[in-house]
Amino acid sequence: MFRQKWKTGVFFALSLFASRFAFAEEIQIDTGTTAWMLTSTALVLLMVPGLALFYAGLVRTKNVLATMMHSFAAMAIVGVLWVVCGYALAFGPNVLGGWIGWNPQLLFLKGIDETIMSAGVPEYVFAMFQGKFAIITPALIAGAFAERVKFKGYCIYITLWILLIYCPVCHWVWASDGYLFNLGAKGAIDFAGGTVVHITAGVSALVAALYLGARKGYPLTAMHPNNLVMTMLGAGLLWVGWFGFNAGSSIASNLDTARALTVTQAAAAAGALSWMLIEGVKHGKATSLGFSSGILAGLVAITPAAGVVTPMGAIILGFLASFVCYISIGIKTKLGYDDSLDVFGIHGMAGIFGAIGLVFFIRPSWMADAASIKEGWNMMSQLLVQLQAVGITILYAGVASFILVVFVDKVFGFRANRREEMAGLDETMHGEQGYGLINLN
Amino acid sequence: MKLITAIIQPDKLDEVREALHAAEITRVTVSRCTGRGHQAGEELYRGQSVVPTLIPKVRIDIACNEEYVDAAINAILKSARHGDGKIGDGKIFVTALERCIRIRTGESGGVAI
Repeated sequence: MFRQKWKTGVFFALSLFASRFAFAEEIQIDTGTTAWMLTSTALVLLMVPGLALFYAGLVRTKNVLATMMHSFAAMAIVGVLWVVCGYALAFGPNVLGGWIGWNPQLLFLKGIDETIMSAGVPEYVFAMFQGKFAIITPALIAGAFAERVKFKGYCIYITLWILLIYCPVCHWVWASDGYLFNLGAKGAIDFAGGTVVHITAGVSALVAALYLGARKGYPLTAMHPNNLVMTMLGAGLLWVGWFGFNAGSSIASNLDTARALTVTQAAAAAGALSWMLIEGVKHGKATSLGFSSGILAGLVAITPAAGVVTPMGAIILGFLASFVCYISIGIKTKLGYDDSLDVFGIHGMAGIFGAIGLVFFIRPSWMADAASIKEGWNMMSQLLVQLQAVGITILYAGVASFILVVFVDKVFGFRANRREEMAGLDETMHGEQGYGLINLN
Repeated sequence: MKLITAIIQPDKLDEVREALHAAEITRVTVSRCTGRGHQAGEELYRGQSVVPTLIPKVRIDIACNEEYVDAAINAILKSARHGDGKIGDGKIFVTALERCIRIRTGESGGVAI
């Protein structure tokens, strides 16, 4: 009797349990997709040491470690910040009129401990994947003020930059209730971060470079790259990592992923080829630095477009992106401001070019789908949406990052002083030397 | 003609070059070197202070005619010191220079410097 009752009780409890969790149980983990997303997450993180090598090769010997530390510091600072509150700010529901998201349940990611997303991927994987994007974005900015900032000021700057600029823009573009995500028929197109990553970083970089001023001696003193071998290695790692960055952004392992991967490869190759041709024709020699810049121009331009353009469109976008970047670097030299490693010239300009240029190469099936959602949707209507998204991002990143850079410089000190800059940041900020072992000791 | 060889701290290289430039001494040879003088250098390694046996330095060689010797020495003295002068700031050696030949033209002596 007791036994019987116990059995009934258990059955009753189990069925209650089952009905309560039936909704959550419906979504099974898709191991294929999850495996690819885990791989992508690691690939995006690989871009950060890639960027560290890329930038470090371009500065002078006395700043090589300090420049690498800018990238690595982002891994530590944003790596913690994203788990603590970054994800909650970027992917929580709208607050403050949609300026940013907020969900206290997501603090320390505690609310997603058991969540499986509708794509069949544990939300932890998505949160970490997004976290890597947040890491690399402020690290990109560091190239604009390379060789002349205090390490402490930089750390404070990127912390505030993530909270006040990255999280809001990421929320607008990628959160399901974000303003730009819901613009027009199928939202503003930003597949993998043309606006969120490259335009915000590029514009903030330009503002910071203008406010902080040129390096001492620029442009009269030649400031040659100390090691282009490192730069090429870094550019290669960025190219490899970018497959996670773009193809992973489908949050799937399907046809969309394959498309994104294909156009990423095509655009990067076209960008590098086009820069080689430009230099070959103009200077008679194709440089390794030009080649690396071309890879980046192509990759940045295809980033917003990877989900919608055809391979032919990708080649054209990549090819033209190098022209756009080559010309804007020429203009920078004429204007005489010191965006040391051309963060705006490459990431800003190629990002803007890709986010707008993509509308001319959208595959017909995407357009037909958009037209079925909103009657008569066409290229021009999407162009207006893209222009709006790009304009808002430039304006917001420009104004907010100007306030931020002034604040950090006045309150904590951002620009290194004359002595620190002349002695080199490796020595003054870190007490080390990058190439110490070249000497006998 | 004299050969001025200065051994300085690496972090002072830019300032010394600027000072030499201001004294109109532009022809210099710079190399990395390691050595040990009176200074016991201290470096950070994994949070520990360590004292290396040889310390990285920068060597500047300037070959010049007599009238530039004092200007060069003064420029280096003024720019290579840390504060009021610290152990390890380096040394300047002045040696007599027997000949100087410009490879391009084959001229020799003071005009070739």
